[in-house]
Amino acid sequence: MKILNESVVLTGYLVAAILFILALKGLSSPRKARRANRLGATGAVIAIAAYVLGHDIRNGAWIALAVVAGAAIAVPAARRVHMTQMPQLVAAFNGVGGGAAALVAVVEFTHGADAWAGSVIAFTVFIGGLSLTGSFITFGKLQGIITSRAVVFPGLGVLLGVLTLAAIATAVAMVITGNLLYAAALLGIGLVIGVLFVLPIGGADVPIVISLLNAFTGLAVAGSGVMLSNVLLLIAGTLVGASGTILTISMATAMGRSVTGIVFGAFRRARKSG
Amino acid sequence: MDVFALVTITVLAVFLGFEVVSKVSSTLHTPLMSEANAIHGIILLGAIMVAGQATEPLPLVLSVLAVFLATINIVGGFVVTDRMLVMFAAKPSRAGKKEVSK
Repeated sequence: MKILNESVVLTGYLVAAILFILALKGLSSPRKARRANRLGATGAVIAIAAYVLGHDIRNGAWIALAVVAGAAIAVPAARRVHMTQMPQLVAAFNGVGGGAAALVAVVEFTHGADAWAGSVIAFTVFIGGLSLTGSFITFGKLQGIITSRAVVFPGLGVLLGVLTLAAIATAVAMVITGNLLYAAALLGIGLVIGVLFVLPIGGADVPIVISLLNAFTGLAVAGSGVMLSNVLLLIAGTLVGASGTILTISMATAMGRSVTGIVFGAFRRARKSG
Repeated sequence: MDVFALVTITVLAVFLGFEVVSKVSSTLHTPLMSEANAIHGIILLGAIMVAGQATEPLPLVLSVLAVFLATINIVGGFVVTDRMLVMFAAKPSRAGKKEVSK
């Protein structure tokens, strides 16, 4: 439906961006926090309504179906979850968000991309994929599906190093050739690295890593904003990436830990024991 | 977007992101993380953008899947944050009481 013109849509994005900032800000006061969360949700509704009312949209029925199906899963999950299981549910939600950002990037890549857009897409595909599996491993750890202890094996550090180099090489090949298969390969490498990155993290450090992966998804969303030339995605993603980084550091500090110690500590131990 | 606008917006958003969470108390760490998680669910907008332009089967399937996943992120994110904050509102009776019904 093309009811709203472009400047109204952009104003809607501006309002949404302000509401997101107020939402994050309001969360630092227990009294205002619940209202702040509502402001955030209102911002999201305004932004999406503005886009939908301002553009001709194909596949409307499919999109509506996917939204209804997603909400039908998310609302009961969020409503029924036990208080002690909330952190892992947030991790799961974060993971699917990262997966969504990666898929959006892959789809955008099918339209072709120059070197700049291609690089942003490669970044988003990789970080989104990493966030997806990393978050699900943290979910599994907190939920007791997999052991919450640090899982390390000899050569893990080397394997991660090799995979990281492979990811860079694949990203370069993807940007140069424009071949979708490289994008799929990069997504695959991101998914594997997500698993290997979180496995060595144990017990009490897991919530901190959830926060770190949350910030990663924020960066992936910011990347989507750049490739889609959408200023709201850029602002919201960058906000979450930045505030999530600070939050991760404060959480670690509150527990007397350091973020680098958590992320790289396990590898150091692995090297000593292996 | 031209590069200067892009860099300007990004840098300002980074500083704003640092600023808005700098004074949060540790009891609110988890709800704040959850709120940030809900906000990046706005990737739903990006997913709708690509799904709404898809003409071929593969992009359509992938982007509709993205819409589905992003909806779980954003709807679940805001609802679960609200539930956490209900507990904060009903605070004095701290430990493991039955949750406040809605």
